[in-house]
Amino acid sequence: MTKTYKIEVDCANCANLMERAAGKVPGVASASVSFMTQKMMVEFAPGSDPAGVMKEVLKACKKVEPDCRIDL
Amino acid sequence: MNGKQKKMLARILLASAMLALLNVVPTRGLVRLGLFLLCYGLIGYDILLDAGKGIWNRQVFDENFLMAIATVGAFGLAVYDGSGEYNEAIAVMLFYQIGELFQSYAVGKSRKNIAALMDIRPDYANIERDGRLIQVDPEEVAVGSVIVVQPGERIPLDGVVVEGATALDTSALTGESRPRDVQAGDEVVSGCVNLSGMVKVRATKPFGESTVSRILELVENSSFHKSRSEKFITKFARVYTPAVCYSALALAVLPPLVRMVFLGQPGQWGDWFYRALTFLVISCPCALVISIPLTFFAGLGGAGKAGILIKGANYLETLAKTDYVIFDKTGTLTQGAFQVAGVHHNTMDEGTLLEYAALAECASSHPISKSLQAAYGGELSRTRVAEVEERSGRGILAKVDGHAVAVGNEKLMAELGIGCRLCGSPGTAIHVAVDGKYEGHILICDVCKPTAAAAIEELKQMGVKHIVMLTGDSDQVARDVAASLGIRRVYSQLLPAGKVEKLEQLLREKGDKSRLAFVGDGINDAPVLTRADIGIAMGAMGSDAAIEAADVVLMDDDPRKIAEAIRISRKCIAIVYQNIVFALGIKFACLLLGAMGAANMWFAIFADVGVMVLAVLNAIRALHARK
Repeated sequence: MTKTYKIEVDCANCANLMERAAGKVPGVASASVSFMTQKMMVEFAPGSDPAGVMKEVLKACKKVEPDCRIDL
Repeated sequence: MNGKQKKMLARILLASAMLALLNVVPTRGLVRLGLFLLCYGLIGYDILLDAGKGIWNRQVFDENFLMAIATVGAFGLAVYDGSGEYNEAIAVMLFYQIGELFQSYAVGKSRKNIAALMDIRPDYANIERDGRLIQVDPEEVAVGSVIVVQPGERIPLDGVVVEGATALDTSALTGESRPRDVQAGDEVVSGCVNLSGMVKVRATKPFGESTVSRILELVENSSFHKSRSEKFITKFARVYTPAVCYSALALAVLPPLVRMVFLGQPGQWGDWFYRALTFLVISCPCALVISIPLTFFAGLGGAGKAGILIKGANYLETLAKTDYVIFDKTGTLTQGAFQVAGVHHNTMDEGTLLEYAALAECASSHPISKSLQAAYGGELSRTRVAEVEERSGRGILAKVDGHAVAVGNEKLMAELGIGCRLCGSPGTAIHVAVDGKYEGHILICDVCKPTAAAAIEELKQMGVKHIVMLTGDSDQVARDVAASLGIRRVYSQLLPAGKVEKLEQLLREKGDKSRLAFVGDGINDAPVLTRADIGIAMGAMGSDAAIEAADVVLMDDDPRKIAEAIRISRKCIAIVYQNIVFALGIKFACLLLGAMGAANMWFAIFADVGVMVLAVLNAIRALHARK
């Protein structure tokens, strides 16, 4: 399952860092962040709970970029 | 400017004023240090904080870290050598912040502008209830309901006009500025803007399946398909920042050590430390990291404006390298509708012959009949026609103005015992006999699009080496079309499976470096579209299958858009390379100068911010491809 979330991030490199951080979260099959459209597309691994996984994704992203926001 | 940017601007102005004041009013000792520290804190506290957080979260090597180390270092150096020269640290931070502000403003602005280009989302739909118009969310409109579209409004859902007539502006979808006229019974596509009259439209698709939703989805997803250059820069930035940090450390420690241990000279620690700091300032990778995605985004936006939807930055790269363009014939290079190509062997006036034929056929809805009616063009009064007899597979017999008219193929003429002359030209001959006498034949064929020849010529001029046409049509017709368009390689009489086979053969034939594009109308060539390196579907307005299968979607059916798409991609890729070479070139040159002590920190920060500004401005050029 793939979902798209609206995000807020200030710099392009930070967006890349978020993409990497999100991709490493368990339950995420792949993640792609578009700095230009300020969106994050997350493909969830089969059988994972998107809401729970996204909480972890947010936590991981906050770690690499404290200013970022993800609208869950 | 948003709130964050305004706050930043205020901080920059305040810090600049304070810095100027501190340079005019003489202060000394600890008071001076304290005041300058205050100024430094004002301009740089967030950078220091973020750098601290980065270290805490073990994400050490980012721009904040680079700037924090460089400026704190410069400050420390000034305290250490007792010069009281604190200006430099503050100025570096100040210029860095100005650069960041400019970047966030420029990027935010162009991001919005480009996004606005593709913003065709309708906000509401008008529904008539109890004689009053109410506005509802387009998503709530059920299929079959009738919506009212007033002049100036966007058509919210795909549908059929049930009442009224108007002109539609399709430019947001197709890039074509000429308005399209529609009247009751015509299909309309969501996303078009109603220009002149009020129309009532019966929705045929829910919002989620309407053209506008599909396009928005495509555009939104396109930025997730990252290009190879973008991935390269991401990887590069990951290695680059730590590498620069370690190099700076080496620069600060190794040369003084070498001088002291091996050359017996004083270490000049302060000097080398300063060079290392300069090194750090120069090294920020922002210019690259920001300009590459921005260029692709601008390229996609510019293409979208021209009615060319490209599904991702990676396809821009492929398009730019395309030197095999394979065309499907019918509906791509030709109009896919029959037209009268000529009237041969006629004894009576050409117009009169057409008039007789059109009148005889006026009750029929066969494509050939329709093309005859269209070719005649005038008003067809059914009262002039009587005793119409349709002979299936042969033609039509009718009385027109009292004359017995027979219109049909050779079989019909043979049945009637009328001798007819066969036609040597490719196409379909429609024989006409009036009162039992052969009056000649009308040749109809599928005609080339008016822009097809120009499109092929443009592709050739752009250096596309191989242009091939595939068709299921007969060899004679295929050769004629190809010759008139200037295409040398033609493969005819191919069944759909045969087209895939031919394409495979062409894919093997081309080298690893060249890319192959297939252009079709997307209706029955989905397998070929997906098999090609890049599939281009044209005339896709309203065709879901084409939008699904293709990588590049041309909203209208003008084949010249293919050359334009390639031109836009090439320009975009050129800008990407320019920026990579330019930014890296300047960076490395500055790094070298910095390491040799020829560049000071002022120079460094100007190089960093300047390169970024130029790279961003260059990126915006991708939005406008020259005709």
